[in-house]
Amino acid sequence: MLDFPRWKVLSIWGLILFGILLSIPSFFPQSMTDRWPMHVPRINLGLDLAGGSHLLFEADTDDVAKQRLETMDETIVAEMGRAVPKIGIGDISRQAGKLSFMVRDPSQLDAAVEKVRTLTQPAGMTGQRDWNVAVVDSNRIELTPTQDGIRLAVSDAMKTAVEVVRKRIDALGTREPTIVSEGTNRIVVQVPGLQDPQALKELIGKTAKLEFKLVNTNVNVTGVPGQVPPGAKVDIPIGSQLLPNEDGQGGTAVYRRAIITGDQLTDAQQSYTQDNQPDVNIKFNSVGGKKFAKVTQENVGKPFAIILDGKVLSAPNIQEPILGGSAQITGSYTVDTANQLAIALRSGKLPIKLKVIEERTVGPQLGADSIRAGVIASVIATVAVIVFMLVTYGRFGVYANLAVVINIFVIVGVMGLLNATLTLPGIAGFVLTIGTAVDANVLINERIREERRRGRNVSQSVELGYKEASRTIFEANATHTIAGLIMLILGSGPIKGFAVVLLLGIATSVFTAVLFTRMMVALWLRRTRPRAINI
Amino acid sequence: MRLLKLVPDNTNLGFVSLRFWAFGLTALLTILATAMVLTRGLNLGVDFVGGLMIEAKFQQPPHLDQVRQKIDALHAGDALLQQFGGKDTVSIRLPLPKSTDEGASNQLIKQVTATLQQSYPGVTISRADTVSGKVSDELILRGIGAVFAAVFGIALWGIFRFEWQFGVCTFVAVMHDVLMTLGFFALTRLEFDLNIVAAVLTIIGYSINDKIVIDDRIRENLRKYRQMDIRTLIDLSVNETLPRTIMTSLTILLALAALLLFGGHVLRGFTAAMMLGIVVGTYSSIYVSSSLLITLGLGRNRSDVRAEPQKAERIGRPTP
Repeated sequence: MLDFPRWKVLSIWGLILFGILLSIPSFFPQSMTDRWPMHVPRINLGLDLAGGSHLLFEADTDDVAKQRLETMDETIVAEMGRAVPKIGIGDISRQAGKLSFMVRDPSQLDAAVEKVRTLTQPAGMTGQRDWNVAVVDSNRIELTPTQDGIRLAVSDAMKTAVEVVRKRIDALGTREPTIVSEGTNRIVVQVPGLQDPQALKELIGKTAKLEFKLVNTNVNVTGVPGQVPPGAKVDIPIGSQLLPNEDGQGGTAVYRRAIITGDQLTDAQQSYTQDNQPDVNIKFNSVGGKKFAKVTQENVGKPFAIILDGKVLSAPNIQEPILGGSAQITGSYTVDTANQLAIALRSGKLPIKLKVIEERTVGPQLGADSIRAGVIASVIATVAVIVFMLVTYGRFGVYANLAVVINIFVIVGVMGLLNATLTLPGIAGFVLTIGTAVDANVLINERIREERRRGRNVSQSVELGYKEASRTIFEANATHTIAGLIMLILGSGPIKGFAVVLLLGIATSVFTAVLFTRMMVALWLRRTRPRAINI
Repeated sequence: MRLLKLVPDNTNLGFVSLRFWAFGLTALLTILATAMVLTRGLNLGVDFVGGLMIEAKFQQPPHLDQVRQKIDALHAGDALLQQFGGKDTVSIRLPLPKSTDEGASNQLIKQVTATLQQSYPGVTISRADTVSGKVSDELILRGIGAVFAAVFGIALWGIFRFEWQFGVCTFVAVMHDVLMTLGFFALTRLEFDLNIVAAVLTIIGYSINDKIVIDDRIRENLRKYRQMDIRTLIDLSVNETLPRTIMTSLTILLALAALLLFGGHVLRGFTAAMMLGIVVGTYSSIYVSSSLLITLGLGRNRSDVRAEPQKAERIGRPTP
C-alpha cells in the first residue's frame, strides 16, 4: 500500500496535467478560441445552450418506391422499342406497387423476359436482385420490387439527399450547420443561432425537380392547345400525361418524355425580367444545351412546359430556336422566393421528399441564462460538497476534494478531446457526477473508519479500506455504466447528452477518486508514518 | 479537529424486525402512487403527445386568464397554459396546425408572438418546439424501452454477480422507486418530458448503486460469519453500511439542491424528480431490498462459503 513507485506517481500527475490542459480551451468563449494560433479541441455547446434551431426531417419512402416504378416503366418502354426486332408491348399497369405489361406477340415473350432481366440489378448480400421478374397469365410480365431493392434505393436516395440538403443550407450562408442522417430515412439539421427556421424548412421541403416537356397540342379543349380546364374529362393519349398547373387552374397535357431535366443544369441565378419582375435564370451544360437547341429548332411555334415538382409553372411558345443553352423561369416570384428557387435548382433535385416531423428552437437569451445558471449551480454544488467532505473526513476529505476538483477538469478535458456536445441535461449530469464521484471516497473512508474501530493499525486500515471498497466501487460503477450505456443507445436527444457526461464521469472518477487519492494517502503515510489518524 | 459523524459508530437498528411494517407501508404507497398515475395521469409534454410548445418570457408576470383569452382568439385549438419556473415565464401548448404546409407551424408561432407582443410589449419567445405525433409516439416507446432495459439489464447483472434473490429484490425495489417517482409527477402535475425520462433512468442507476453496496456487504459477511443467523447478518450489513448510505445520499442531495435553487427553470422538474428518487431509493435500499432477501429465502451458496473461521471483530456488537 505504502509502496508507490516514482514512475506511477509521475504518470498519474502527468495524466491529470494533460486532462487539465485539454480542458482549458473549453472555459473560453468559442469566438476567442477560434482566434488562437492553433486548432484546439473544445466542448461544443448543444442548441439548448447556444440557441438555434433543430429540425428533424423524414423522407417519404413510399415516394421512392413510386419513383422507382415510374423510372422502370419509362426504361422498359424505351428498351423494348430499342430492341431488335422491336418488342411490342401494351397495357402497362402500375397497380399495387407492381409493374406489369403485356407482350403482344407471344413468340417474343422469352426475349422480353431476357431483356427485362438485364434491367434488374443485384441488391443486398443474399444474391437477391432489386426486382423479381415473373410471367403471369401466359403473356404478361410482372415486376415486383424486392425488399432489398427498395432498401438499397432508399439508402442511395438518402445519401444524395444529405448532400443536397447540405448544399442548400450552405447556400443560405448559415454558420456551422450540423447535418447528419439518422436511422434509415431521417436527417437531423441543427443550425446554431437560427431563430426562424421557416425559410430553411421551405427550402428543404422543395424537391426542385425541374423538367422541360413539349405540350401535346393534339389535346385541344379550350382553344389553347394542351390546356385542360379543371374537372374536364379528357382522354390523354398514350405517351402523354396531364399535369396540374401551378396556379391551381386546371392542367396541361404534355408528352411524357422530357426534353431536358434539371440534372443537366450548371447554374441558376435570381435575376429580373424586362418588366423588372424577379425571375430565375438557368444555364444548361453543353449536352443539355445542344439537345434543347435541337428540340426547340424542330418545334418553333409550339409551346413547351416548364415543370417544377410535377406542377406546370408556365407553357410559353417557342418563338425561335433557343441556342444559347439558357432559359428563364418566370412566375409570380418575390426576390426571396426566386432566390430560394435558384438555390434549390443549383443544389440539384432531392431524390426523395423530406418532411419536418420535429422542430425545436431555443432563443439565445434562454441558452445564455441556462449556461449561467448551470455554472452557478455547479460551483455551489462543488463548494457544498467540498465543505461537507472536509468536516466529515478531515485530511482524507481534503484528498477527496482535490479528486473532485481534478475530476471536473478532466471530464471537461476529455469531452473537449472527443469534441462532445454539452447540453442542459449534460450540465445536470455534471452536477450529479460531482455528487457521485465522492461516493467512492465515502465508501473508502467509511471502510477505513470501520477497520480502525476494529482495532487495526493505521496502515492496515487504510490498505484494507481501499482493497475492500474497491470491489464495491467496481460493482457500483458497473451497474451505473449499464444504465448509462442503455441511455446512450436507446435514449434520444437530451437523454443522450446526459448519458455522455454520466459515462465519462464514471470513467474519470474511478481514476481520480480511487487511484489519485490512494496515491496522496500513501505518500502522506510514508512521509509522516502517523500512529493515529483523524478520520 | 473533531470530525462530523452523521451516524454514530456501531449502530444496531433492527431493520429486519421492522420489515413487515415497512412492506405494508411500501405496498400502500406504491399502490397509491400507481392509482394516482392511472386516475390523474401524467402531464405529458409535447415530447410525448405531439404539438406545439411556445415558451414566452414576459416583462411582468401576466394574468394567465388574459393570456389564454388572447390565444383562444386565434382559434388554433385548445391552448394549455402553465407558469414555468418564474412567474414571468409562461409555456403555451397548442395542437399542431391542421394544414400540411411546411411553414404552417412557424406561421402559428408568429401569430402567437404578434398577438402577445401587441398586448404585452417586450415579451420574448425563448423557446418553440414542434413535435409531430409520429415522433412523440416513438419517443414514448423509446423512453419506456430505455427504462425497462435499464431495470432488467441491471437486475440481470445482480443475478450474474450475486445470487438470483439479489436480482429479484433489486428489481422489485427499483420498480417501487420508478412508480413512486411517476406518482410524484401525477400528484404535482409537473410536466413530464424527455428530461424526466433521463432523471428516472438516473434514479434507477443511483438506486441500484445503493443496493449493490449493501448487497456486496451482505455477500462479504456471508463468507465471514458462517454461523450467523441470516436476519442478524442482514441487520449487521445494513448497519455497517449505514454511514456510507446516509453520507452519499446527503452529498448528492446537497449537489442537487444547488441545481434546484440555482440551475434555472428548465431543469427544475428534472432536479425535483432526482431528489425525490434519491430519498425513495435510499429508503428502498434499507427497508425493501435487503429485507426482501429474507422473504425470498436467501441461503448460503456452498461454493460461496470459504472455510474461514467466524471472526468476532466488531466491537460492541451484541450477540444475536
